[in-house]
Amino acid sequence: MNKDTISKMVFFILALSSISALALITGFIFIQGLPLFFKVGFANIVFGTKWAPSQGSFGIFPMIVGSVCVTLGATLLGVPIGVCCSIFLVEYCPASLSNLFRPAIQLLAGIPSVVYGFWGLLFIVPFIRNNLGGPGLSMLAGSMILGIMILPTIISISEVSLKDLPRQYKEGALALGMTHWQAIYSVLLPAARSGITAAIVLGIGRAIGETMAVIMVLGNAVALPESILDPIRTLTTNIGIEMGYATGDHQQALFATGIVLFVIIMILNSFAQYIARRK
Amino acid sequence: MNTNDKTIEKIAKAIIWSAALFVLVILTAIIAYILAKGLPILNWGFLTQIPRNMGRSGGISSTIVGTLMVTAVALVIAIPFGIGTAFYLAEYTKESWATRLMRFSAESLAGIPSIVYGLFGFIFFVISLNMKWSVLSGGLTLSFMILPTIIRTSEEAIRSVPTTYREVSFSLGATKWQTISKAVFPSALRGITNGVILSIGRCIAETAAVILTAGTALKMPTSIFSPTRTMAVHFYILAREGISMENAYGTAALLIILIFLINVVANAAVNRLMEKGR
Amino acid sequence: MAKISIKDLKFFYGSNEVIHGISLDIAANEILALIGPANSGITTLLRSINRLYELTPGARMEGEITLDGDDINASSVSITELRRKVGMVFDIPTPLPLSIFDNVAYGPRLSGNTNKQDLMVIVEKSLRLAAVWDDVKDRLSEAASSLSGGQQQRLCIARVLALEPEVILLDRPCSGLDPISTTKLEGSLEELKKDYTIVIAPHNTQQAVRVSDSVAFLLMGDLIEAGPTSEVFVTPKDTRTSDYITGRFG
Repeated sequence: MNKDTISKMVFFILALSSISALALITGFIFIQGLPLFFKVGFANIVFGTKWAPSQGSFGIFPMIVGSVCVTLGATLLGVPIGVCCSIFLVEYCPASLSNLFRPAIQLLAGIPSVVYGFWGLLFIVPFIRNNLGGPGLSMLAGSMILGIMILPTIISISEVSLKDLPRQYKEGALALGMTHWQAIYSVLLPAARSGITAAIVLGIGRAIGETMAVIMVLGNAVALPESILDPIRTLTTNIGIEMGYATGDHQQALFATGIVLFVIIMILNSFAQYIARRK
Repeated sequence: MNTNDKTIEKIAKAIIWSAALFVLVILTAIIAYILAKGLPILNWGFLTQIPRNMGRSGGISSTIVGTLMVTAVALVIAIPFGIGTAFYLAEYTKESWATRLMRFSAESLAGIPSIVYGLFGFIFFVISLNMKWSVLSGGLTLSFMILPTIIRTSEEAIRSVPTTYREVSFSLGATKWQTISKAVFPSALRGITNGVILSIGRCIAETAAVILTAGTALKMPTSIFSPTRTMAVHFYILAREGISMENAYGTAALLIILIFLINVVANAAVNRLMEKGR
Repeated sequence: MAKISIKDLKFFYGSNEVIHGISLDIAANEILALIGPANSGITTLLRSINRLYELTPGARMEGEITLDGDDINASSVSITELRRKVGMVFDIPTPLPLSIFDNVAYGPRLSGNTNKQDLMVIVEKSLRLAAVWDDVKDRLSEAASSLSGGQQQRLCIARVLALEPEVILLDRPCSGLDPISTTKLEGSLEELKKDYTIVIAPHNTQQAVRVSDSVAFLLMGDLIEAGPTSEVFVTPKDTRTSDYITGRFG
């Protein structure tokens, strides 16, 4: 065998790593979490509203609602700002400022999530408590923190899809007498639609999956929220808080929570990949 | 252009500028606050002393060492697999169901939340492979987590190497392996390095995945089998349990400075790449 | 015997046939110019002589090309050895992102020559032959990309010469160069002819007249006419050839 054949084989084996990693993760999470679904019943877990692991109640419906609500809030806050920032970067940003802005976005992506959570605890939580009422530790606080945290994802992916558009789109639009904003709004944004959608979906995925930041600001009460000022618990924080001491069925219930989270994320991911590919 | 158009144009411009400024303000607010509170804490003793009394006093030396060790393990595993996958996808194969599956897997891995990595690492490395809470378990878990980053950045770097380099190398009688190792790899190296540097940042910043796999022990780790607490985990525990706000700020400030430096280095690498390119 | 003999060469990209059965002999130590308008298959023909076309997905050749009587597509032929015997210079200067020295030493190093002394001898000899030694002798360790376009192209020729090939293929080597660089490069070709067989796709017909011994006119994948340059240009047998060389099309 010559070096070319050997190198190809070695690279192929290395390249199996991503598939194996995904398979291992999926396999072990499911092996650990699925038995409880059969023991307690799928509906009792996914639609059960009572979470009392010591009494054998493993309803995670409030957490599912919590995750969806926090994420929805984060999306409402993060998407408009993020998309505006990507438009800013591509269309309005002076060159001198872009040398500041781009690294700033990168830094925003690099800051540890615990630091975000801590900052939220110190500023956002008291702000809500003092101005809007409630305990402050709340869905709103979580949404605000996550809204900031998903910005880098949304900005960078939207920016790429806007920047990759052919120059002629913009030039053609301007040549037709459109104003700069009309060109952006009626030509560039629609043309970059699929990329921006993918950015939003990936941002949603990040928001649903985030743990450490929201653990500090959500209040973590297991209850269906009645207002955005109520404390809530998400799927991720449920795992993050209790994994440290859970054993037996309780631990399995946290893996079951993980399965639900995993499935949601995989659906979002596949959707994002599908859109990004479709162009 | 009538006046109405002009007004809309102005409003749109104002909104977009304020969104951008908002992001800068938030970033500055977070960083400035943490640094203002944390920098006074950072001194030589804080960096070199073992945490004492649960972290209330003493420094954070063991968590710095723990972070470095966990990150090193993650890199040692993820770099060969990540770069190897990238070379396979970019150089050795045509698009097929196998490459689509590899790409799908990598992109899915990129989206999996770190807490799920933590769950997996806990049940697989800590329990099933009986590695206990250790540097090794934590590092291996992180290697899974940064694998997709390294694959993607490396593949992009390899694909951006001009085709002519390959053609020239082949036309001079190089084999595929010689072409890849002597012409393509050196040209892609900076881009690949950039991905690796970003991965280091992710490892340092990670909390959820390592707290479940490396543990929370404050002792100085003596080998990769020792349990350890990383800086991010230490900060989380100090802050959340209110053990010591000063030391929490100090740890957070160090984390921010490290992340900042990593970004600077990564950007410098990219800039050098652009200069060399032409 | 011809150095290179092409028999009934057909070439396909996917199902698209771009060369329709060409037969052509190339004598040793001559400069053959392949002329014709764009998309005539000239680049493809050059790339089939060193089998570089194999890098292009879907590319396929039929027919036979022999080098010194041996089929270049025979399974016993080592493709890397073939490419060392048949060097190629591309239409734009293509320095690798290495130093000047490392660019020229790239080929010899591939075949296992790592002795610094030996390499230095080869590098100097090759750069001298390519008439670029005086330009670069004091800056061998500088990046090859720091050279001017003309110097880069002669560096690329030196890089091929360092392989000690038998045949050199040049695919419009002067298309990016200024007239002075072009003149220098043509001058080196005249020198090189003594030791090598050269196939060149010139970037215009005047260049073909200046440098070549014989010429082959290709049109849309067909070989229209081939023969000594003086004959083809003075008394073309085919009207399409005369139309082309008098500038009616192409």
